Amino acid sequence: MERLTKPFLLAACLALLPVGAAPALAQSKELLLFNWSNYMPPDLLKRFEAETGIKVTLDTYDSNETMLAKLQAGGAGYDVVVPTGPTVQVMVRDGLLMKFDASTMANFKNVRAPFDKPAFDPERAYTVPYMWGSTGIAYDTAKVPGGKLDESWKELFEPRSQFVGLIGMLKDENDVLGAAAFYLGYDYCFEKPEEGQKVLELLEKQKPAVKVYNSEGTVDRVGGGDVAMELMWNGSFHRAHKKLATVAYIYPREGLALWGDNLAIPKGAKNVENAKLFLNWMMDPKNAAEATNFLGYNNAIKGSEQYLDASLRDDPAVNTPEEDAARFKPVRDCPKASIDLKDKIWTRLLR
Amino acid sequence: MTRAGDLWRFPGTRAAAFAVLAYLYLPIVVLVVLSFNASDSSLARWEGFSTHWYAVAAADGNMVHSIEISLTVACVATLVGTIVATLAALATSRTRFRGQIAVEALIGLPLVVPDIVAAIAILLFFVMVGIQLGLLSLVLAHTVFTIPIAYLPIRARLAGLDPALAEAAADLYANPWQSLRRIILPLIWPGILSGAMLAFIGSLGDVVVSYFISGPGSTTLPVYVFSMVRMGVTPTVNAVSTLLIAASASLLTLSYLLGRRFN
Amino acid sequence: MSNARQRAGLLAPSMAVIGVLLVLPLGLMAFVSTLERGPDGGVIWSRHTLDAYLQFLFERDLLDNLVLNTDYLQIFARSIGLAATTAVLTLAIAFPIALWMAFQPPHRRTLLLFVVTVPFWTNLLVRNYAWILLLRNGGVIDRLLQATGLTHEPLNVLYSPLATGIGLVYSFLPFMILPIYVSLEKLDRRLIEAAFDLGADRWHALIRIILPLSMPGIVGGLILVFVPCLGAFVTPALLGGGKSLMIGSLIQLQFGQSRNWPFGAALAFVLLALILCALLFHALRYRRLAGRLV
Repeated sequence: MERLTKPFLLAACLALLPVGAAPALAQSKELLLFNWSNYMPPDLLKRFEAETGIKVTLDTYDSNETMLAKLQAGGAGYDVVVPTGPTVQVMVRDGLLMKFDASTMANFKNVRAPFDKPAFDPERAYTVPYMWGSTGIAYDTAKVPGGKLDESWKELFEPRSQFVGLIGMLKDENDVLGAAAFYLGYDYCFEKPEEGQKVLELLEKQKPAVKVYNSEGTVDRVGGGDVAMELMWNGSFHRAHKKLATVAYIYPREGLALWGDNLAIPKGAKNVENAKLFLNWMMDPKNAAEATNFLGYNNAIKGSEQYLDASLRDDPAVNTPEEDAARFKPVRDCPKASIDLKDKIWTRLLR
Repeated sequence: MTRAGDLWRFPGTRAAAFAVLAYLYLPIVVLVVLSFNASDSSLARWEGFSTHWYAVAAADGNMVHSIEISLTVACVATLVGTIVATLAALATSRTRFRGQIAVEALIGLPLVVPDIVAAIAILLFFVMVGIQLGLLSLVLAHTVFTIPIAYLPIRARLAGLDPALAEAAADLYANPWQSLRRIILPLIWPGILSGAMLAFIGSLGDVVVSYFISGPGSTTLPVYVFSMVRMGVTPTVNAVSTLLIAASASLLTLSYLLGRRFN
Repeated sequence: MSNARQRAGLLAPSMAVIGVLLVLPLGLMAFVSTLERGPDGGVIWSRHTLDAYLQFLFERDLLDNLVLNTDYLQIFARSIGLAATTAVLTLAIAFPIALWMAFQPPHRRTLLLFVVTVPFWTNLLVRNYAWILLLRNGGVIDRLLQATGLTHEPLNVLYSPLATGIGLVYSFLPFMILPIYVSLEKLDRRLIEAAFDLGADRWHALIRIILPLSMPGIVGGLILVFVPCLGAFVTPALLGGGKSLMIGSLIQLQFGQSRNWPFGAALAFVLLALILCALLFHALRYRRLAGRLV
């Protein structure tokens, strides 16, 4: 067996080598997309290829921070990138994004307020909107007599006894500390050490009641009943609700985070015209709706409602009612003092 | 010279071995079964049988391409790394020499440095020196890490190898090359094979270095999979993993059967 | 060719690859650790400071005095403890199967090598997900144990240190089995037979003959498990409940939301120094011990 193992392995390896030679695609018919792997419907991209003849190649990252780190370290070459609002601010400051003035694009008129003038890119000079979402509380109504909890962060941070030990939290310092800040009445970018101290105390008191801190698997742990209450994104809630009909979503009255993902063109992009074409194409109501139907997050395009799945249109977690929308607090990039304070609290909480 | 019966001296090792094999394969069985789960998540309970995810995986050109990249990089990095590691192990396993500890520390260095620091360090370096990010940069970076992984089993094998054997060969007028090929290499072959196997799975599983050092069009499979986490990992990954195991198992079985025929 | 020239030639490829592709970049990173952090991450190349190293042990209070901060020390201690426990447990579990494998007929041995590593051709994430599904309350293992009457309550294993241990030992098993197997496989059976003939019992044959001769494999395995385990964070995060930071996640955080690249680099170098010291200490001791064996 030994005698044949070596040549076998060698043959297997050599058979794969021709693969490595990346096909030299014609510059003009290609788009290098840098995104999460499953954040755009494959059928949508295939339709784009069919309609424009541009082949989309996808490379992936797992978070805004790692995407930013790679670009900051010099790893360039992508045509389109998908940053969340606060990351857009950082990238603009660092000169990583190309200015292309989305307001001049044909489909920009479809963008609905307030997404046409977001705080992180007031003139939409660098980005076009993609998906947006909120971070609220999901809970199992079956556990509550009367089936309804108070619409407040108190239910999460100072939980009732039936939820103790059955709470799931996201593992992101901005999501968690932001929610705590809203509950305590502080600004999202709180800076004062006393405020930080109160936030830390609140979270430390809550910690024994928390079962798990993990941003992945929220849909399954809520939908499967492993946790009865969860700090959760609304799109994930929608999917969990399909698995467990008794879960409900709360828009806390103290305020909750509103975040938006965007499409942008990094500096150093080779296929700029193709990128602009793609960005414009994504602002078409039909295309935006297709993305929403696939992902469960809402989009920012007027006229897409008619193409949405009924289940999404009817879900108040996704299709936010007016009075709840008033509770939104858009997230933004915080100053250094705030970031350092949050970092210290997070490390202290999880040491 | 070795008989399986020798183990009667140590009862319980057989039972222990099978228990460990069960431990090793239990999650694999679950993983394979879940590749046929109709549910849209790899973390969900069973919701019905479906081969849908195999179709989705096959249709996902980006995923398929990432598998090709991963396998190519792993093969080349393992090959080069194992050869280099063998040479190094041969050098350090002879008589002690000055600077030996420094040399062995250097060989072990890639293991000690945390992934992300090494990844960003190498990226900064490549950008500074002007090496384009792509398949070649990936292979180079992976080779650095396969060297110590392959080195340790080979070195363990060489330790305690009877130096009299090499001496006897030299006495019989064998030159160093013949001595290497005919005597030493066959004797350390299990070490080389082990080193190569471990280096291969090390390279296949690497995420952080592969992420930072890959260029457009050279995303590897683990990076692609980790990037699914935010929106949820679907059973396509289970499907792909199952296919990889099936492929390697087939290769194995074929090798084994052919080996028995020729022996 | 003289011995020294031969040796230099054999070492040249590995030294060149690691020297150019890792040592040089690390030098760059060491330089980065002495720079001032950029406001959005990255560094300011023209400004120097040793703040990154100070931050490991100290923080500044409201009066700008340096005060001892044990947060990072605790994280380091926990990771080191976890890695050490994992290494020892993996050794205990790997040794019997490595022994068994070494005693198999030749063609079966190579097959077993592959059998032990093939599970790791799968993706780490879905392997861990499989463990989550196995270990969760109401999962396969829980239901099995309750059905057979071995337990009467939910397991509550998932999101605990035990689950992390199960997952970590699992991930590193082949890295311990194979080096030990490789050492044991070349063992001369006649030595063991001779020991039995001379009246030794099984236990002594194991301790006095087998164990010492498999030591190089054990040491190799321990290094291959302990060192990477120090940087492990995916498995502890998924199976352990994510309630505490490991060194790996701490360092990743610095290059992410904390926007503190120099500190991330400094942490890595502190870790490097600790490990190299420990390995050096061991290497020097082992040299003296090895000199006394064959």
